[in-house]
Amino acid sequence: MTAAFAVREFRFWLTDYRRTWRGSIYTSVLSPVLYLGAMGLGLGTLVNARHSASLGGVSYLVFLAPGLLAAASMQTAVGESTYPVLASVKWIKTYQAAAATPLRPSDIFHGHLLFTAMRLTMNCSIFMVVIAAFGAVRSPWVIAALPVAVLTGMAFAVPIDAFAVTRNKDQSFAMLFRFGMIPLFLFSGTFFPITQLPGWIRPLAYITPLWHGVALCRSLSLGTATPGAALGHVAYLAGVIAIGLVAGHRTYRRRLYV
Amino acid sequence: MAAPDVLIHARGLAKSFGDAVAVGGIDFDLHRGEAFGFLGPNGAGKSSTMRMIGCVSPPSGGELSILGLSPLTDGPAIRARLGVVPQEDTLDVELTVRENLIIYGRYFGLPRDVIADRAARLLEFVQLSDRAEDQVDPLSGGMKRRLTIARSLINEPEILLLDEPTTGLDPQARHAVWDRLYRLKQQGVTLVLTTHYMDEAEQLCDRLVVMDRGAIAAEGSPRELIGRYSTPEVLELRFDPAEHEQAAEKLADAPAERMEVLADRILLYIQDGDAALRAVRGLGLEPLTSLVRRSTLEDVFLRLTGRRLED
Repeated sequence: MTAAFAVREFRFWLTDYRRTWRGSIYTSVLSPVLYLGAMGLGLGTLVNARHSASLGGVSYLVFLAPGLLAAASMQTAVGESTYPVLASVKWIKTYQAAAATPLRPSDIFHGHLLFTAMRLTMNCSIFMVVIAAFGAVRSPWVIAALPVAVLTGMAFAVPIDAFAVTRNKDQSFAMLFRFGMIPLFLFSGTFFPITQLPGWIRPLAYITPLWHGVALCRSLSLGTATPGAALGHVAYLAGVIAIGLVAGHRTYRRRLYV
Repeated sequence: MAAPDVLIHARGLAKSFGDAVAVGGIDFDLHRGEAFGFLGPNGAGKSSTMRMIGCVSPPSGGELSILGLSPLTDGPAIRARLGVVPQEDTLDVELTVRENLIIYGRYFGLPRDVIADRAARLLEFVQLSDRAEDQVDPLSGGMKRRLTIARSLINEPEILLLDEPTTGLDPQARHAVWDRLYRLKQQGVTLVLTTHYMDEAEQLCDRLVVMDRGAIAAEGSPRELIGRYSTPEVLELRFDPAEHEQAAEKLADAPAERMEVLADRILLYIQDGDAALRAVRGLGLEPLTSLVRRSTLEDVFLRLTGRRLED
């Protein structure tokens, strides 16, 4: 019964998306593709000349691509769970409209998450085709990197959704982008191994969902994944999602049932 | 146990936000087929009451049953049978007029063909058929409100809740909305509305409660309330501000059942306005302007609370 209600909310976002999909494809797919080209091929030729060993014996392009996959998923997720949620609860009030129907706050929450998962799946699939076209894949296990990338994105979307619904202004989003997303994007192993970071910073990276997503996507793409490590990464991401779900049930209810 | 045609039953219904009491224990019953109103100024607790009835705000105390069900445990089932026209339109401004109806119908789990059919008829009803494929954003306030009303009927609700349905609309749009609501009444739809406009309450409501500061001050039909708390006619007098107070003192001797001294006017509540005006002149007073009118719910509110509806 709950699933059916959530699907009703999901259909709302789908109808909305028919108008906005073109813009979102650009930021969510084209942007990482540009990074792949510029960094992977451009910067890559400089890096490959001297440092292939520290990348695990592969070219920089092959090293970078799965990292960008996870990072692009994070970016799409953060974008989808900040402004659209604030708009729905504060400016356009479509959440309040839905709350006046049989839907409960948790259904509204789940419906948006379903839509976010759909967008992540679409964008990550497209990006994976691009990666394959660039010849940056080393192992058939890379197929499993698709659900891992989606899971990584959801590990951001779920808790950020739960947070965004409590907001009245977007100031905290700017902080989130500047002090959360961009440092993560740069320092979570996407562009260089975190072994390059000073020892004391590394544990911070291990806490972030992005590092887990990058590490697992990369090991799958390179064919170096082990079952133990893979399970550990997935468990961590699932754990973050579970906590986010509990938080979101509370925050959505508090905001919509005043 | 409530009789079968009592759709909403409330006893001692209360709502607080922290220490602030929005609704301080009110009693009312809503009967099938009637148009019931909550009349009061801003901050009276009307919207809080509507949100509790709409099952989007848990009561802080008292009893509330809607369609025989409890809002705390049967929220989704109750909301499936309600129609809601909220104070702020909550339309999706990026979708078209028709898409807003379809999306909303899907929230109720209605099949596509049923929604399509109802949407067409509702757009006819609110006279927006020619704007069906237009985006909502550029529509006027009155059109958006009519669309919200159409949307609220997509699930053929047993009770229609309207929170300040004509606030913010120009006079022409207000009359268009009243006209639609009046037709709904004729079709037998049960209406509950809140308003701070006395003319809206008088025109639309079969029965109403006067609310002020979280409590119900009086209950009855518009006619009953006016008969109980006011006189048939009111004589409004304006004097030169310098003479205002003196005039008020002299008028204490006028043959009126009641007198209200406002900042800019003096109101005399009498049976016959013209006779009263002659009496006023007989006291040696010459007002700057005088107006004889019938009593309204505004006068009822003034009598009950000492304040005006619109502040």
